[in-house]
Amino acid sequence: MHELTMAAGILDIVQQNVAAADAGRVRAVRVRVGDMAGVVPDSLEFCFEAIVADTPYAAAFLEIDRVPALATCGECGCFTRLAQPLFVCPACGAMGMALQSGDELQVVDLELDDTVEGAA
Amino acid sequence: MSVVTIERKVLQKNDDLAASNRELFARNGLLVLNIVSSPGAGKTTLLEATIEELKDRARIAVVEGDVQTDIDAQRVARYGVPVVQIVTNGGCHLEAALVAAAVERLDLDQVDLLVIENVGNLVCPANFDLGEAMKVVVLSTTEGADKPLKYPAMFRRAAVLIINKVDLLPYVNVDVEEIKRNAQHINPKLVVFETAATARLGITEWCDWLVARLAAGHA
Ligand SMILES: [Zn+2]
Repeated sequence: MHELTMAAGILDIVQQNVAAADAGRVRAVRVRVGDMAGVVPDSLEFCFEAIVADTPYAAAFLEIDRVPALATCGECGCFTRLAQPLFVCPACGAMGMALQSGDELQVVDLELDDTVEGAA
Repeated sequence: MSVVTIERKVLQKNDDLAASNRELFARNGLLVLNIVSSPGAGKTTLLEATIEELKDRARIAVVEGDVQTDIDAQRVARYGVPVVQIVTNGGCHLEAALVAAAVERLDLDQVDLLVIENVGNLVCPANFDLGEAMKVVVLSTTEGADKPLKYPAMFRRAAVLIINKVDLLPYVNVDVEEIKRNAQHINPKLVVFETAATARLGITEWCDWLVARLAAGHA
């Protein structure tokens, strides 16, 4: 369950960045999760909910942007979405395509709810 | 509604610590392996066989990751090499910070080869760089040929695949060539060895390769 560590990492980043804003107003935390990042989005969401429960961010939810695994073939230059984990070029059969996207695991931004009365 | 832009890697903290581990290892001229597998693939037996084979050719130290016990660390310590135990208390992977704390307890001047035995799990450790030179995946013949396809993240990030328990091939319905093909479809750069650690088969090939890496300055 490394998603728990990921969730803790996300909370950590939120805490660092929200100092200026008011915690009660964090509505959503947007994260980017690549299809090849080795992270199960549902599991990440579940862990995040569990980990923020006793914090000032209890109302915040994760908004997950899935990033497709896109790769280029070194042999024929074919650029394609990898449907399977196989890094095999569908055009020429060459192995070991270079991943252009799909590896990411990033906190993109925070969405603050301006309708909530802030303490600050 | 307003938005605060962040754009930060979730595992940046771990990656930074891994980078500082890597610098430390480079300063001390260490070759560092991060050995990963499912539970029961034979990591510890492979490690024992590797130490036996190499102990006169290289100074070895071991960091043992374990969820709960120090049984593996005790097994390895019998071979007379320095061992530091990390008990993760249920944690499913090692992180760079744990390794940094563990190697503080080793005299790195006296080590050429540091082997980190990760927690038995092919999923979680894939995401955590420890500062190692390479990940070594151990897969046993009893696990089936489709394992690389089920755990592509790990196979993509590994440099070496060791197919262990090849002495059981007459008894299991698996094709080694198919394991290799599946693994290399994900990562064609994988260097593959076939071993039976219990029977000490294939250990020399694997250890000679390691010695060559040590001699080459293992960049
Ligand atoms: Zn191609």
